[in-house]
Amino acid sequence: MEEDLVQRIESNPKYRQLVAARSSYGWLLTGMMMVAYYGYILLVAFGKNLLSATIGSGVMTWGIPIGLFVIVFTVAITGIYVWRANREFDDLTAQIRSEVL
Amino acid sequence: MITFQRGLCASTLYAVAGTVWAAGGDLGQMQKQPTNWTAISMFAVFVVFTLFITKWAASKTKSAAEFYTAGGGITGFQNGLAIAGDYMSAASFLGISAAVYLNGYDGLIYSIGFLVGWPVITFLMAERLRNLGRFTFADVAAYRFQQTPIRVFAASGTLVVVAFYLIAQMVGAGQLIKLLFGLEYWLAVVIVGSLMMVYVLFGGMTATTWVQIIKAGLLLAGASFMAFMVLAQFRFNPEALFAKAVEIHAKKDAIMGPGAFIKDPISAISFGMALMFGTAGLPHILMRFFTVPSAKEARKSVFWATTWIAYFYLLTFIIGFGAIVLVSTNPAYKDALGGLLGGNNMAAIHLANAVGGNVFLGFISAVAFATILAVVAGLTLSGASAVSHDLYATVFKKGQAASDKELGVSRITTVVLGIVAVILGIAFEKQNIAFMVSLAFAIAASATFPVLFMAVLWKDCTTRGATIGGFLGLITAVGLTLVSKSVWVDVLGHKDAIFPYTSPALFSMTAGFVGIWLFSILDRSERARIDRAGYAAQKVRSETGIGASGASGH
Repeated sequence: MEEDLVQRIESNPKYRQLVAARSSYGWLLTGMMMVAYYGYILLVAFGKNLLSATIGSGVMTWGIPIGLFVIVFTVAITGIYVWRANREFDDLTAQIRSEVL
Repeated sequence: MITFQRGLCASTLYAVAGTVWAAGGDLGQMQKQPTNWTAISMFAVFVVFTLFITKWAASKTKSAAEFYTAGGGITGFQNGLAIAGDYMSAASFLGISAAVYLNGYDGLIYSIGFLVGWPVITFLMAERLRNLGRFTFADVAAYRFQQTPIRVFAASGTLVVVAFYLIAQMVGAGQLIKLLFGLEYWLAVVIVGSLMMVYVLFGGMTATTWVQIIKAGLLLAGASFMAFMVLAQFRFNPEALFAKAVEIHAKKDAIMGPGAFIKDPISAISFGMALMFGTAGLPHILMRFFTVPSAKEARKSVFWATTWIAYFYLLTFIIGFGAIVLVSTNPAYKDALGGLLGGNNMAAIHLANAVGGNVFLGFISAVAFATILAVVAGLTLSGASAVSHDLYATVFKKGQAASDKELGVSRITTVVLGIVAVILGIAFEKQNIAFMVSLAFAIAASATFPVLFMAVLWKDCTTRGATIGGFLGLITAVGLTLVSKSVWVDVLGHKDAIFPYTSPALFSMTAGFVGIWLFSILDRSERARIDRAGYAAQKVRSETGIGASGASGH
């Protein structure tokens, strides 16, 4: 890529907006995923009693909904990112393209 | 409150750990069963159908770009199914349902680990990969660096990962065929080796992708049917299923909570890291991001992959509990000693018989075997690309290779890899290979992932830093695995393991990242200046895709 094109893109305010928004969003969601998963693993390591405690009088334990929650959370958080990126971030990218090229 | 079964003897613990690791790719030794013609004919139908697809794909595979990435013409949804197919191996189907069958809740912890890498790939890697790369992940890692060292590192990393993964799959295929079809071990290895060569040689990425999509569809449909039939018996009330399982299972209510899966927190974290970041460093998965036409489709493909994989793991959990209730109580599935006929990995297969009769058993057996075939085709393709694109075209020909010559080298490599895989598959028949898939994940997490991550996101990363750090991660992962229990004790027969934890990832990933960082900041060479100066252009392209190749042609 030519030097001046790179500089034109870098100095484009929409490009700065895109990079700032996407990177903070990506890291925020990554952080949330880390907390959810390693939180769960720490619970498995140190909070076995909680996960094995039954809900009500049946055999169902807290571990089952908590585990299912981690699975659903994983899919949902991926969907949320993709949903926003495919609209907002792609629109911004298209605008940047039309302005600099 | 639940009282725990503290009295697990050491051998049970090892058996548990063995099964859990086995879920990654190794199924262990199995006894040959009577010849199952229903399963064999259904598998034959699958093979004939996929060979037609390969014939069609061959007409579309004329250039190197079409061979490596199907010309970039796969949609996000199709690619998502194919990625899910790459991930849902026969061993994860049989192994995870067996882990649930044996230990209940622990199987769920294991499958969650396999799932959580996907969001991280989506947020930080997927679109950047698509924007920077063409054929292999080394295109991305080496974007602004001196080509030769990075490509040599990337090709070594790829081939090591592919080799371990491929051997595990081959041995798994041999063991499975004895069990499912009642045929000889060597026959399975030869069948898998030859069919995979045909798919990859003639159909390239197009055939490999479609074989993967069809198999993923069949596996998801079959597993859905089994889970449905199990739940139907309990009027779709999971509580009733769990209650019955607790009543029957030898461990009683301990199967409803975490048990022996995690021995110590360090192993837990380390193992979690290997699964989470290993996914983001597996070459045959990374390559899939180049088969779609845009960053948008790349994102969609990970979303679909995550959805299907999550759904699949939910199904295996129900299937495992279904097997406790419907299989463990039926003497027809038991041997003289009270164990499962053919071993614990047969839990899902016996359940198929219990809910769908002999024809459905044949179907599930054929799908399980087809699964191995599809996974090895993807692995071989990524190994062949590393040799032809990274080593031949970029390192030896300095990027000046003609497309047809490069394609020729890919095909020769495919044949060589196929033959080597068959020979090693036969050689490793009697070996304990439980460590191989976990090692492949650890290497991917500790060598390829750190290099890719730092090259794309850290401005001051240099050629020297990435190469040395990457090799440090690779060597540490292999070295620590060698002295861990799974090789040092189980394979080499020593008494105690030198490295006490289940997975090396926590340490080897640290070695990789610290190595890259240290050797980059100490790097004051002229090349380092060029590497750092190249970051601006790389970042602009990785963020916007401006200058990136679109669909086909490249």
